[in-house]
Amino acid sequence: MHSFGYRANALLTFALTILALMCAMASLSDNLNSPSPSAEIQILNINWFQRHPDGNDEVSLTLNITADLQSLFTWNTKQVFVFVAAEYETPKNSLNQVSLWDGIIPAKEHAKFWIQTPNKYRLIDQGGNLRGKEFNFTLHWHVMPKTGKMFADKIVMSGYRLPEEYR
Amino acid sequence: MGFVGETLDSLKRTQLRDALSQAISLGMIVTSALMIWKGLIYFTGSESPVVVVLSESMEPGFKRGDILFLHMNKDPIRTGEIVVFNIDGRDIPIVHRVIEVHEHGGTGEVDILTKGDNNDIDDRIMYAQGQHWLQQQHIIGRAVGHLPYVGYLTIIMTEKPIIKYILIGALGLFVLTSTE
Repeated sequence: MHSFGYRANALLTFALTILALMCAMASLSDNLNSPSPSAEIQILNINWFQRHPDGNDEVSLTLNITADLQSLFTWNTKQVFVFVAAEYETPKNSLNQVSLWDGIIPAKEHAKFWIQTPNKYRLIDQGGNLRGKEFNFTLHWHVMPKTGKMFADKIVMSGYRLPEEYR
Repeated sequence: MGFVGETLDSLKRTQLRDALSQAISLGMIVTSALMIWKGLIYFTGSESPVVVVLSESMEPGFKRGDILFLHMNKDPIRTGEIVVFNIDGRDIPIVHRVIEVHEHGGTGEVDILTKGDNNDIDDRIMYAQGQHWLQQQHIIGRAVGHLPYVGYLTIIMTEKPIIKYILIGALGLFVLTSTE
């Protein structure tokens, strides 16, 4: 009855149950954190702005991104993935979201940052609608935990406009 | 004669009972595993609710051997979400992040572009020939939760099948020989 196999099985089951419970509690404890991140984005320069032969508009920007995401970090946070997307509406598409820049923040010490960068990914429209286009910048973050549930949210910054003329 | 026969009979009967109860407990294990899996499929709405990360393309967020819990609902796909998708002509689904979304006004159809966090360029080169965007039907789920290391056993078992047979054999032996 109390053979070696039986005891090993009981021990393993108990250990795994405790481990699963601890993982679940670590993940649940993330809900206690109520973060208050802040961000600001400026367009420093429109580098160029052109129409492709297939009729799609493309623009290249230089951005100034300032953000403080320190409050997102908890003891169960492995990293925070942060990215900036341009969001706009066109006659054809009810929503366009184009990621322009992203970064991985590995630790809380790096979560307050300031960066000047040209767009890392190309901002190409599905059509020729970018001239004089009003759009939003959204700074999204995706909290990736050591274990458990992932969290994501964003800050929307509106009132940006692309130039009227190609150059 | 009478005594010996009775003992033999009762022995046979208890052996039969033991064998039957073992078969039932084995069946219980198999069916409850199946029930949990099918239940997960139902509640998450994804045809494969748990996946093992096989590549390094999402490091350091997801490492090889981590498992991901998927969820699928009617909510539209948005940038930043980590989705699992199938490509026509490829067997293995891919876990990557959405970096671009274009949602068509009238139909509500979406064009999606993905990229692995650890890759330098977007995924367009590994889509099917002539495919520029993913559509809703390629997506089999979005990742909502993460558990490290647990999937490593499956990676080992697929790479070294001998370990799989040893494990299954040992488990089977354990179930058959245990009388608890």
